[in-house]
Amino acid sequence: MTAPLLDIRDLRLGVAINRSTHHPLLKGVSFQIMPGEAYGLVGESGSGKSVTSLAVMGLLKKPLAIAGGEILFKGQNLLALPKREMRRLRGNRIAMIFQEPMTALNPLSTVGRQIAEMFVLHQSKSWGEAEKLAVEALGNVRVPNPDRRAKNYPHQMSGGLRQRVMIAMALACDPDLLIADEPTTALDVTVQAEVLRLIKELCAARGTAVLFISHDLGVIASVCQRVGVMYSGCLVEENETRLLFADPKHDYTRGLLGALPRLGSRSEHGRQRLVDIDSIIADRSKLTETRFIAPRGPEGSQP
Amino acid sequence: MTAPLLQVDDLHVRFPISGGGLLGTGKRVLHAVNGISFELAKGECLSIVGESGCGKSTTALSILGLQTPSEGMIRYRGQPLTGPGAPGRMERAKAVQMVFQDPYASLNPRQSVRTSLAAPLRLHGVTAASEIEGRIEAMLKNVGLTPEQAARYPHEFSGGQRQRIGIARALILEPEIVLLDEPVSALDVSIRAQIINLLLDLQEKLGLSYLMISHDLSVVEHMSDRVLVMYFGEVVEEGGWRNIFEAPAHPYTRRLIAAIPDPAAALDPTGKQDRFADLPQFTGRRFVSDGSTSPDVFTAPALSELVEIGENHRVRLASA
Repeated sequence: MTAPLLDIRDLRLGVAINRSTHHPLLKGVSFQIMPGEAYGLVGESGSGKSVTSLAVMGLLKKPLAIAGGEILFKGQNLLALPKREMRRLRGNRIAMIFQEPMTALNPLSTVGRQIAEMFVLHQSKSWGEAEKLAVEALGNVRVPNPDRRAKNYPHQMSGGLRQRVMIAMALACDPDLLIADEPTTALDVTVQAEVLRLIKELCAARGTAVLFISHDLGVIASVCQRVGVMYSGCLVEENETRLLFADPKHDYTRGLLGALPRLGSRSEHGRQRLVDIDSIIADRSKLTETRFIAPRGPEGSQP
Repeated sequence: MTAPLLQVDDLHVRFPISGGGLLGTGKRVLHAVNGISFELAKGECLSIVGESGCGKSTTALSILGLQTPSEGMIRYRGQPLTGPGAPGRMERAKAVQMVFQDPYASLNPRQSVRTSLAAPLRLHGVTAASEIEGRIEAMLKNVGLTPEQAARYPHEFSGGQRQRIGIARALILEPEIVLLDEPVSALDVSIRAQIINLLLDLQEKLGLSYLMISHDLSVVEHMSDRVLVMYFGEVVEEGGWRNIFEAPAHPYTRRLIAAIPDPAAALDPTGKQDRFADLPQFTGRRFVSDGSTSPDVFTAPALSELVEIGENHRVRLASA
């Protein structure tokens, strides 16, 4: 059996309120991502999905602090890595796409130069060579007229194009793991569909593993092979995507699926009400005590 | 025959764009809304769907009176809402109100819920303290809040509660028409379900008419009676929700529906392509655009018209 690419073990982190008190945000999260696998983390605001990704990237800032656990990337514990080493990994072996491409791109620099910087920093190319590679990278994410577009500043591009630039930057150095944190939330539906298809196809073609974070179960279903459902700092259920949707085991997952208006689900008679998670779960605070992780390996092997 | 509750007739909104050039020679006109017509019946939920920039919000602002139409008529119970003879803001406020997308931005942070809800009542001549208090109390109960929460300020509420306050604020004057501008798109899945349920309950209980603007087609299918699909300022297809979602005729409508990340479709082993039958053909007529390329918004669009293709189902076609 192959070793997991990313192995998060009992990760705990919290926000320091003062010297002695610590408010937990992640209460022992464990999951694995295999090489080339697309893994989705789904949950509502405040469930801890984004801090998980920031912890993997080594981007936690005070007052957020790790309280325990390990993040093993190719067997190496990222939490014990010196900052300099982490900087070499970040952007190179582990890359990230953010939700809002306008704030993640530098407004004062052309997009071609920002992509080229990746090649200069991580692959020691000359600027001339790097800029040629940048145009190629823009072509790979299907930006029309890449040589002309490379000279554009971020504000001259639409939201969908900017997100393509972000993807080109993230995939520039052929990373082993791509973290995508709500990459399409700010986009129109048809543009979202194109960007999702792009991420899916490029990562499949290059064998890049994906950690995909979203609140949208539909988006997760169209990209990921396995899903973890997060609630209040815990992974409450994890399974292959198809099985999770077909047979959700945890109350919260069931509530989440029932709360979703789905295409084609409306019946002839009147407009039925959606499931109110709070009403089926009388006491939300009890929810995290009943963990349910389906005992299934990523290859579908029963232990 | 009685006049429809709301009637929009050939609405046009054009914006002049200053386009550089000497002495404004580069001035151009952007056609944001190009001849939209529709009627909203009592107790109905009509949704306008389309992507950013298609003109759906401009249409809503025109109905609210926040945007002057360049051409066309908007009538409320047969009386014009725009142009000469239009009622003032106060009259209009009793007919049409709006629930905004972002409950964080649309409430005044310095006003308690009571102050926010009492202001429109006072402006409209309800001055007795007991009546104001009674109506606020009843309204808060209607939207699922408690009367005690009236003394609190917006920052003390969660996103879902704030949207409930936004709905209470819109309904306090008892309008007949409520414009819902992406009412749930800023909310989490579980909260979104609660607000959708609340909107459906209120509509049935108070006999409200909703005009909803949204790009989330799964919410639209769930809530609407009829749907208008807008593309670059024009309605390209309109019909009952069943016609639009089960037998969409226009290529753009199909693209919109196919673009929804739907778990059932994504996990369907047979693949989600070809969910619908082949595009219908119409002799002597054609689709102006298939929605995959952007038309030029600075020129008036090609001549085309909405053609009846079935009961309660019309689609935009040009002669071939």
